[in-house]
Amino acid sequence: MGRTLAEKVWDDHVVRRAEGEPDLLFIDLHLLHEVTSPQAFDGLRQNGRQVRRLDLTIATEDHNTPTLDIDKPIADPVSRAQLETLRKNCAEFGVRLHPLGDVEQGVVHVVGPQLGLTQPGTTVVCGDSHTSTHGAFGALAFGIGTSQVEHVLATQTLPLARPKTMAITVDGELPEDVTAKDLILAIIAKIGTGGGQGYILEYRGSAIEKLSMEARMTICNMSIEAGARAGMIAPDETTFAYLKGRAHAPEGEDWDAAVAYWKTLKSDEDAVFDAEVVIDAASLAPFVTWGTNPGQGAPLSANVPDPASYEDASERLAAEKALEYMGLTAGQPLRDIKVDTVFVGSCTNGRIEDLRNAASLLEGRKVADGVRMLVVPGSVRVALQAVEEGLDKVFKEAGAEWRHAGCSMCLGMNPDQLAPGERSASTSNRNFEGRQGKGGRTHLVSPQVAAATAVLGHLASPADLSDVATTAGV
Amino acid sequence: MEAFTTHTGRAVPLRRSNVDTDQIIPAHWLKKVTRDGFEDGLFEAWRKDPEFVLNRPERQGATVLVAGPDFGTGSSREHAVWALQNYGFQAVISSRFADIFRGNSLKNGLLTVVLPQETVDALWELTEADPTAEVTVDLEARKVLAAGIDADFELDENARWRLLNGLDDISLTLQNEADIAAYEAARPAFKPRTITV
Repeated sequence: MGRTLAEKVWDDHVVRRAEGEPDLLFIDLHLLHEVTSPQAFDGLRQNGRQVRRLDLTIATEDHNTPTLDIDKPIADPVSRAQLETLRKNCAEFGVRLHPLGDVEQGVVHVVGPQLGLTQPGTTVVCGDSHTSTHGAFGALAFGIGTSQVEHVLATQTLPLARPKTMAITVDGELPEDVTAKDLILAIIAKIGTGGGQGYILEYRGSAIEKLSMEARMTICNMSIEAGARAGMIAPDETTFAYLKGRAHAPEGEDWDAAVAYWKTLKSDEDAVFDAEVVIDAASLAPFVTWGTNPGQGAPLSANVPDPASYEDASERLAAEKALEYMGLTAGQPLRDIKVDTVFVGSCTNGRIEDLRNAASLLEGRKVADGVRMLVVPGSVRVALQAVEEGLDKVFKEAGAEWRHAGCSMCLGMNPDQLAPGERSASTSNRNFEGRQGKGGRTHLVSPQVAAATAVLGHLASPADLSDVATTAGV
Repeated sequence: MEAFTTHTGRAVPLRRSNVDTDQIIPAHWLKKVTRDGFEDGLFEAWRKDPEFVLNRPERQGATVLVAGPDFGTGSSREHAVWALQNYGFQAVISSRFADIFRGNSLKNGLLTVVLPQETVDALWELTEADPTAEVTVDLEARKVLAAGIDADFELDENARWRLLNGLDDISLTLQNEADIAAYEAARPAFKPRTITV
């Protein structure tokens, strides 16, 4: 019987398989950041252990780092101490680190791919649930806890039970203004935040094949919001073209050998998935969330749902609590929701293509009065590229704030936060209560919806901008 | 890791689904670099409400959390498990847990028990009606017992064995060091490396 992509990559990494035990899986790439690693390094020290494979390990700083005044000491002493702990640990154990201020610094899931370290058929782990991002390359990539970080540091392996596989087949053409972000939000709304639990998702179909690597990363990134630990897309010419020439991509004969292997990494015709979901790309529209988990979303043209319409008691209760927290009323058009803040960035939508998409709508337009817009590139490299293309000027001229690379407003660990009661349209991945700051209210959106929302001051799609005059090209 | 065999204690009924790890322990607590001291951060936002179930006097000293489906979704932060343990919880019962949270809990000796929602409902009704009701989570017998409730639960044999004996995963893996070395020797040359060693 044929095997799925996930099964192939899994099988190629089994170090030991024994009856009654989880498989022992080899890890090709271990990404570290400051938040989930300190206790793991402590564990190594307590047990007199070393990092087994320094050549498969790399660290950067992202969650705590400020996006302003990065040349000054970090104001929050606790954040500063956590970054200093990472620097001390990396120096002591010999781990390659890209700290704040380094040209390779950035959000860990932006850094790995842009260095060419994330490659098809590799296993990638990081103490961060959005490690699923790297699955866009046909890697088996998943988030782990701190005990597992320590386990990988010490052994370069993890004991794991093999998950089931689910195909998410998306055929057809995505309509204009419908992005990878809208697609993944629609998928999560369809299968629910627990729908992918216990599965590795494989996104496939003609609509997926047409997507850029950036768009594929956006989709795989949010697999975890559907409860799946990992999401994968079979590597193809788009993948190879993205990798070719990157700092850590193979060269010469190694490149040829790698591509020959990578081409085998697709689900066989007769492979059997444990579950399949089919989506018609043409049926999709710009999508936003209205609630407090990423599954509580709807097309932008819809109204806030009535909790009473849910048959399932726990979903009904969850919707009631969400509307209360979000300060919304059932039946209210989503388009009427006014925002205070717009955030473009994060490991979901902080790549160059995302910035281009947002900038193309802001060019010659202005951010609405009373709206604060933050644009935060996912890495220093993304920032440099954006500056080279003049995108920073577009954002600044529109009245947005152009910031330094980092996780920024995706989560409340650095100075970029919502105040209690403030509402955002955010290109990040989680709309949990308090995620962007205590009492903050988050609507998850695509970069295009974020830009249109910034201009109009309420949730809006690019099409809504047709009435707004642009001075571009004048 | 401390061994877990059986535990009996009073319960906290938490009638919420999709309790994400940002609710269990908000991000600003994650700046700490230790595994302890997270108890005051547990459900920090919800605990500002004096009526929140954890704040009720009759729930003080309770050690078993009975939660709605999809408990522990979101971030991979192991701090969520540490916060529950630091507060005093020994076991969490739900009809469905997020994968990473579940893995983290079992590595720390916090027993996460999956029971059908009907049984969770029965436990909610029992412990809401009688806050002094005790719930037993017996890992040896793989059973949850309470007044009128006798429910079997599943846990894979390997995870159960490690919990019952309080075994350290890294030491277990290092017993197979020869397998790791053999795998490493056969890896293709084109695989990426972060540094030259």
